[in-house]
Amino acid sequence: MSRLLTAPMTFAIGVILTVAVLDLPEIPAGLTPTVLASMEMSGVGHPVTGVLLNFRGYDTWLEVGVLLLAMQAVLLLQRSYDLSLLPSDPPANPVLSWFTHLLVPAMVLVAGYLLWMGTKAPGGAFQAGAILGAAGVLLRLAGYRSVAVLRGVLMRALLLMGFGLFLVVAVGVMAFGMQFFQYPGRPAGEIIFALEIAISVATGLTLAALFVGGRPARRHADGERRGSH
Amino acid sequence: MSQFLLYSLASVALFCIGLHGLIAHRHLLRKIVAMNVMASGVFLLLVSIARRNQDMVADPVPHAMVLTGIVVAVSTTAFALALARRICLETGRVSIEEEEEQGDTQ
Repeated sequence: MSRLLTAPMTFAIGVILTVAVLDLPEIPAGLTPTVLASMEMSGVGHPVTGVLLNFRGYDTWLEVGVLLLAMQAVLLLQRSYDLSLLPSDPPANPVLSWFTHLLVPAMVLVAGYLLWMGTKAPGGAFQAGAILGAAGVLLRLAGYRSVAVLRGVLMRALLLMGFGLFLVVAVGVMAFGMQFFQYPGRPAGEIIFALEIAISVATGLTLAALFVGGRPARRHADGERRGSH
Repeated sequence: MSQFLLYSLASVALFCIGLHGLIAHRHLLRKIVAMNVMASGVFLLLVSIARRNQDMVADPVPHAMVLTGIVVAVSTTAFALALARRICLETGRVSIEEEEEQGDTQ
């Protein structure tokens, strides 16, 4: 019975959304002039990076927190921070191995380049983090242990690095008399770059660990849990 | 039809297709894909709103929101896939089946 309600309900929601979209006010300037006028204060050269890491830095901080929550939930399914217990793929065929040897250093280089270019062109922390995560996934698919070599305290420290550095900066400026999350004027560019490095490494590690940790350990015949040996 | 009108109607259509797929499909993977289609619709709307005024540079604030949204969608998809694999491991099924009868817990 409830299956019959799905299509009419979806259609009704579609009608409401269409009315809302058609009702948007005519071509305003949006927030572009406000952002462009404040660009010198932000410490970076590209408006999107400035918005992401300075003006709306609070949203970015919470977004890193969401990534961390997903990682925590996946590790909860595995019941351990030690990803090395999970079954891994067998060593890959020679073509994939050779290609991985070729591609992963290039990916790390491209990630660093994107991170650097983020200050003046499209790029930045999350783009670099995505490529680092893809490098970790590629290593895992080619049969290497990839992110699973990290364990225990080192793994937790690297995962927390992005969120933690944001928190340290946001609360630390309060010790100098400024408000929560208010970047100081002149070192804003350097602070943003340090945050970007931390975010990109932490995001890349989290994305690769989400892939590695997503595969459940194999069960023994009697129901006991074991990893690969 | 103006460019913004086309993109915004397309994004509403994507959102509704994704919503319908999320509710109607029984296979877990299809639900996850439908959720991603919904997310794509929202991102398309945000980006087209950013580009509404053709005279100026595109509005950077919706761009930043889309970047945030993409990361959140990836996190959700990753956790949903891990859950789906665990469900398959524990129960051997990957679909949510309809109940055959109401049972006596009505």
